[in-house]
Amino acid sequence: MASLKDIKKRISSVKNTQQITKAMKMVAAAKLRRAQDAAVSARPYAEKLHAVMSSLAQREEGDEHALLNQRGTGRALVVLMTADRGLCGGFNANVSKEAERFIRSNEQGFDDIDLMIIGRKGRDFLRNRVGQHITKVHEDITSDATYKTAQLIGQEIVETYSEEKYDAVYVIYNAFKSAIEQIVTTERVLPIQANPGEEIEGDSVDYIYEPNRNEVLGQLLPKLVEVQIFRGLLESNASEQGARMSSMDSASRNAAEMIGKLTLQYNRARQAAITKELMEIISGAESIK
Amino acid sequence: MADKLKLEMVTPYKRVLSEEVDEITAPGFVGELGLLPGHTPLLTTLKVGELTYKKGSETYHIAVNWGYLEVENETVTVLVDTAEPADEIDLARAQAALGRAEDALKTLSHEDKKYMIMESALQRAMIRIQVAGKGH
Repeated sequence: MASLKDIKKRISSVKNTQQITKAMKMVAAAKLRRAQDAAVSARPYAEKLHAVMSSLAQREEGDEHALLNQRGTGRALVVLMTADRGLCGGFNANVSKEAERFIRSNEQGFDDIDLMIIGRKGRDFLRNRVGQHITKVHEDITSDATYKTAQLIGQEIVETYSEEKYDAVYVIYNAFKSAIEQIVTTERVLPIQANPGEEIEGDSVDYIYEPNRNEVLGQLLPKLVEVQIFRGLLESNASEQGARMSSMDSASRNAAEMIGKLTLQYNRARQAAITKELMEIISGAESIK
Repeated sequence: MADKLKLEMVTPYKRVLSEEVDEITAPGFVGELGLLPGHTPLLTTLKVGELTYKKGSETYHIAVNWGYLEVENETVTVLVDTAEPADEIDLARAQAALGRAEDALKTLSHEDKKYMIMESALQRAMIRIQVAGKGH
């Protein structure tokens, strides 16, 4: 049986760990709130943009735009959004596994698949599995995703797509459902699917386009990609904080349980020692009578 | 026909405005654009510039930076990268940015890639100062 001192040492070490996990949980909770607010307040913009897009698509006039064209299956780019830091449960592993699965199951479908990873953890996870596909890694941008960063990534994607380096672009990220639930989501970013959306009531007066329809479309489509990336980043960030919060919460609870068990063990050992000492004293007293 | 326009302005960060207004003036791609209730459906890109709207007797000014404007069913939807109402603009910062852009432009040649970037920075700074000066 472990000595009293050993048990005491273990209790204090578990207590220290618990303190850390508790603090991390608090920090994640605070960050989650902010991330959630950011994700929610970004929604109107994306919705409006999609509304404009679908009302444009309704007045279809045989659009010919590079970003709308289905070019078949040549090379594909997968943008994977993970976190830079760990200790957030299955957050990184889930989404990375999905990326791995996606690549393995589509290897036949495409000539080649390139992987762009956002976040250090995704790179670490996939380096030894599908390392040959990884072409680019962005680090240190997930914690405070600004529209600017999304814009840069979006522009990069649109550029490589327009140069016909890729024929399809997908994003894989954790969509934020609630603090304890994230949904691994795969979306196709390019070519853009122009879904006509619901019919708009009233007379269908022809739109005036300034400067002209193609110009407007040409500027709107890249924007759509940027917004999709931006939304992905925000959702991924909120999911990360949520995942960290719940995993740190269960870690704290496990620590508390362990402390309870160890304390019980400690008290038993202490009592046993006392009983032993008492018996020794009594038997000693008996012998000198 | 309604006698008011509904103005909705959103940026990637938040919904800036959602109000009933009487009149809107926007920096359209091909030129200044005045919108009154009953306007025909329109979709246009916006330049860096100043968007003005009137509500009753009050006039409000907002510095906007590149975006879209859609008119449909008496609703004007404005999608912009940034939108700063006159009273939120930090005049000192805008002036500093203007100075920086001017200095940079002096040293750069027209062919330089950076020239375009600095030129648009200059434009933004000038608009901001212009809008801030008006208050509301």
